[in-house]
This record gives sequence, structure tokens and C-alpha cells, in this order.
Amino acid sequence: MSDMVHLRLDGVTRVYPSATQGRAPLHALGPISLTLKQGEFFSVVGPSGCGKSTLLDVVAGLAAPSDGSVTFEEKQIAGAVPDGVGVVFQEDASFPWLSVYDNAAFALRRAGVPEQEVRDRVEPTLAFMGLTSFAGAYPAQLSGGMRQRLCIARTLVTRPRLLLLDEPFGALDQQTRLLMGDELLNLWRETGATILLITHSLDEASMLSDRIGVMSARPGVFIDVVETGWPRERDSRIVSEAAFGQLTGRLWASLRDQSIKALAMAS
Amino acid sequence: MTRAGWIRLALIAGALALLEAACRFGFISRDAIIPPTVMVQGAWHALRSDETRGDLFLTLQTVGLALVLSLVAGAAIGALLHKAPRLRRVLDPLLASYYAVPTFVFYPLFIVLFGLNRWPLVAIGFLFAVVAVAINTLDGLSRIPRAYLRTAAVMRLSRSQMLIHVILPAAAPWFFTGAKFAVAYSFIGVIAGEFVVSGAGIGHAIAFAYNSFDNRMMYGLIVLLFVVVGGINTLLWSWERRLYARLAGR
Repeated sequence: MSDMVHLRLDGVTRVYPSATQGRAPLHALGPISLTLKQGEFFSVVGPSGCGKSTLLDVVAGLAAPSDGSVTFEEKQIAGAVPDGVGVVFQEDASFPWLSVYDNAAFALRRAGVPEQEVRDRVEPTLAFMGLTSFAGAYPAQLSGGMRQRLCIARTLVTRPRLLLLDEPFGALDQQTRLLMGDELLNLWRETGATILLITHSLDEASMLSDRIGVMSARPGVFIDVVETGWPRERDSRIVSEAAFGQLTGRLWASLRDQSIKALAMAS
Repeated sequence: MTRAGWIRLALIAGALALLEAACRFGFISRDAIIPPTVMVQGAWHALRSDETRGDLFLTLQTVGLALVLSLVAGAAIGALLHKAPRLRRVLDPLLASYYAVPTFVFYPLFIVLFGLNRWPLVAIGFLFAVVAVAINTLDGLSRIPRAYLRTAAVMRLSRSQMLIHVILPAAAPWFFTGAKFAVAYSFIGVIAGEFVVSGAGIGHAIAFAYNSFDNRMMYGLIVLLFVVVGGINTLLWSWERRLYARLAGR
């Protein structure tokens, strides 16, 4: 991880105008201020409905902030997805009408990358994600975990410098999540990309991250930012360490009241 | 062929054999129904006649025109309603009750509008089919997972790239269902129109044979129509199976 600031959020808020006349606008997020260093793995945890995914949308350029600014590589993101940003969503976004290979090559082909270069990028990425033998298969023939790996592969071939992950393992079982976490850590070390992970899993955040931002109930603001202190070379075996339990416990201590508040708001 | 396919074939063959026997042994009057083998002979006889081939070509041409127009207009209407949710809310009840409207009552109006030619029949076939296409297109567009569109946005696809490479393939199964309905409805609209009010086409030829007590010709033409429509449906069905098999990963 370098000391260079890769992503900066300054007083970012997001307010949704009311869909019904006479009702107040919905203040979903912020103000949020945050800086991510190049190559950092930062996770965001928070109660349901606190604006985690809204934060990701704003950083990705899929939604414009109502106030404040987002700067990526010293250029302001202004409501459009900037070059060098890749996003993996929680939902299965693999295209069922395309084979695994064609899915992985999709973004490159649309960008007009020559076919030889597409091959040179897709084949090693599929190999890295353990999908080579499924290159000719269709997404419906893959398990949920493999489909999510395919979505990650499709993003990786574009060589993103900032990878935004919105609960990408949310639909998977615990064992698969741990193994996918290992793969994600390998990928992070291999590519040197900066990663912003949105997750509702305290274990996932504790295992994967350099730092973890804990968000309040809506409107989501950071109430705590925790440094994990893990070495760069780490994997899912750290879940058995005492420090892991302490870290998860600290996160829950920060989150418990906020989660109760969020539940009360939802009911 | 699958086991179900063989059973289906055996059932149809059995029913035809039963009908053949019933007609041959006088259980059913030949004035009402002729044996299936005679129907097939009638179909072959009809197919060899220039006049029938002309009628068939005319009908197919009319159906084809109604079908193409309904596919284009139906897809456009579906897309427009998808883009305009308020308009959709206004039109939803009308679309839902559309097929309760007896479209044939507009035939005199179409004659006034288009003249005494094939266009009133094209209009009838079009009216029968267009709403099925529009409803299914609308359904397909509404069911595209949001994650696909967000993924396309992240990949910075242009509007045309998004339409061609994401929206159309994602909505294809529903559009295809609409197209299948459109084929059936276009045939029903045009043939029924020819039967009742036209002076040419297969529908008219069937009506003429019926009025002339020419059972062999009438049933022959009906068999011919079954073969043509069945052939088109079989083609669409096998295409659809391939499409769904790919989506289902089989």
C-alpha cells in the first residue's frame, strides 16, 4: 500500500427527493469524508438501510452526490463512471445468454479491444478465478459462487485500479464466503488495486480489510474507523486468532445500538 | 424424440385412425366429415392447383405483412410504455381488456379507410397481434434485472451498445413469446377475415368450398392450413427451446 491518496470523499451527502407530495426528502447518506490510500483494502459495515450501497453508487459515479465531492486519482467524479473503476454487485449480473468466456470478454469487446488482446487478458483471468474449464459453459451451468467469480473476472479483465464490491458474497454460504475471501485477498495482492468492500458481515470485513468504516443508522455517517493491523499476507485462517474475535467484538459494540435504531426505523 | 413426444404422436395417430374407421364404416356421415386419408388427398389435390397456391401465397403475404407491422409497432409501443410509467398506468386496464373487443366490427371502417383490397385484412391481423407483442415486450423490459443495467453503466456502454448487447438479449425470451402469439393471432385474424368478408385467400377458398358442399376441397384446404401453420409453429417452438435451453444452461 502506498501513501498516495487514491480516493477522497469530502462531505458527501445523498438526499432523495420525496416521491409523494408533502413528504420530506429522504436523507440517505452523509456527510461522509474519507480518504483511501492506493492499494488499501477498506470495508464498510453498517445496519440495514444505512446507505452503504448508496455510498458505493456515489463513489462509482452511478449516482451524483447531493452535496460534497468524490475525487478519484485527483479527478472529480461527476455522476459518470470514471475510467479505472470496476464494480461487482451483490446480485448475479452474469449475462445468461453468453458463455463464461464471452461474459468475461464482454466489456473489452464493447470497448473495441482487439481480439488477440481480449484473449490475452481473459484467459489468464479465468485461470486465476478457476474458471478455465468452464469457459464454454453458460452461467446457468455454474454454482452461485462460480457465477460471482465470473462477475469478478469480468470486472478484473478491465484492470480496474479501484474495485468496488457491493456485498459480492452475500448470497453464498459461510464456507464458500471464506474461500472466496481468500481468492479476493489473492486478487488484491496480485493486482495492487484499491478495494472498497460494502458488506453486512462483520466476519468478512474483519478478515479482509486493512481498515473498516462503521456506519450509523440512516443517514449513514462513519461513527468509527477501525484499523485491523493485519499483515498484507493473510488468509481466512486468521478467523481462528484471538485478535479476530476481539476485532469483530469491537465492531459489534459500535454497531449494536445503531442496528437497534435501524430496526426501530424500519418497523 | 422424448417419451412424451412418442406418446403425443401415438395419441394423434390413434385419434386419426379412429376417425378414419368411424368415417369408413359409416358411424359418421361423409356429408359431415370425410376420412382423414381423403382429406390428405384433397390437400394434395388443392396444392397442385394454381388457384389454391395463389390463395395460399396471398394469405401468407397478408399474414406476413400483419405480423411484421405488429412486431415493429408492438415492440415500439411496449418500449414507449416502459419508458413512460404514468402512461402505462393509464393504459394498463385498456390493454388488459383489449381482447374482449370484437376486432372484426372495425372491418367496414377499414374498408372505408383503405379501400376494397388486402389492407383491411392486414389491419385486422395487425390489430389481433399488436397488443400481444406490446404486452410481452413491456413485460420483458420490466423484468430485466437492474444489475444488468448497472453493470452496463459501469462498463460505460453507449445507449446503442446497451440496447443491442444487454436490453435486447435480456428481453428476448419475452419478446419471442410475444412474437409466437403474434404469429397465431395474425393467422386467426386474416383467415377469419377472409372467411367472412374477403374475395380471395385460403380463408375465402375454404368458405367457397363449404358453400359449394365440396367437402374434399374444404377439408383438404383445412389440412393444408394445418400443415403450414403447424410447420411455422414447430420452427418457432424449436427455436424457442434452443433459446431457453441456453438460458437454463442445458
